[in-house]
Amino acid sequence: MTITVQHDDFEIAVEIDRLTAGRCDIGAVASFVGKVRDTSAGSPLAAMTLEHYPGMTEDELQSIADIATERFQLSAVRIVHRVGQLKPGDNIVLVIACSPHRQHAFDGCAFLMDYLKTRAPFWKKETALDGSGTWVDARDADHAAIERWTKTN
Amino acid sequence: MTMAIATQMTERIVTVRYFAWVRERTGRSDDVISLPAHVVTIAELMSLLAARGEGYAEAFKHPPSIRVARDRVHVQQSAEIGTAREIGFFPPVTGG
Repeated sequence: MTITVQHDDFEIAVEIDRLTAGRCDIGAVASFVGKVRDTSAGSPLAAMTLEHYPGMTEDELQSIADIATERFQLSAVRIVHRVGQLKPGDNIVLVIACSPHRQHAFDGCAFLMDYLKTRAPFWKKETALDGSGTWVDARDADHAAIERWTKTN
Repeated sequence: MTMAIATQMTERIVTVRYFAWVRERTGRSDDVISLPAHVVTIAELMSLLAARGEGYAEAFKHPPSIRVARDRVHVQQSAEIGTAREIGFFPPVTGG
């Protein structure tokens, strides 16, 4: 169970324990958690709603996980991404990368997040305190982040 | 009769799915579209959809801001529809 898209929250410690149970080849575990902030461009945020493309989203995440596993020789990978309505402070996404040594775990985790942000079909809509909704624009910085992985090996 | 069967066999049907603001503007999550013979590429399908009504015209008025998937795989708008069963239209992704 490498990939999960779910409404419910996740527990980081539980996920890491599940991923590494009985695995004495793993010497390094790097994780990333993305969370909902309480402001957007300086304005207070009431909620954030995440939409996805059922079927395609899971396929893309699996493909990203496979590419990262091959490239960084990862021992195990886990991606959990939430959908539905979230509040400031809530968790959005969890990525875990495991390897024998730390550098591949760190790099694998960063690579997974950079690719997820530019390829996985999720869309965020922010709700302001007055109830008005705005779809979040894609950031150029996210695409720039990908380039570092194409320049070097 | 033979002609009618031949025509029916070559009829191409695709399910078109909309997400995020593309869905909000069309007012629909999906449509089942019978493709006219002249519609070969996804870009041509977008022009066809834009003519379906005001909301569709609004959704597809600026093609560069729309991303597409053919049978749930990212492709360019210039890609041919071919034998695809499903075409998805959505804004650039913003997950994570």
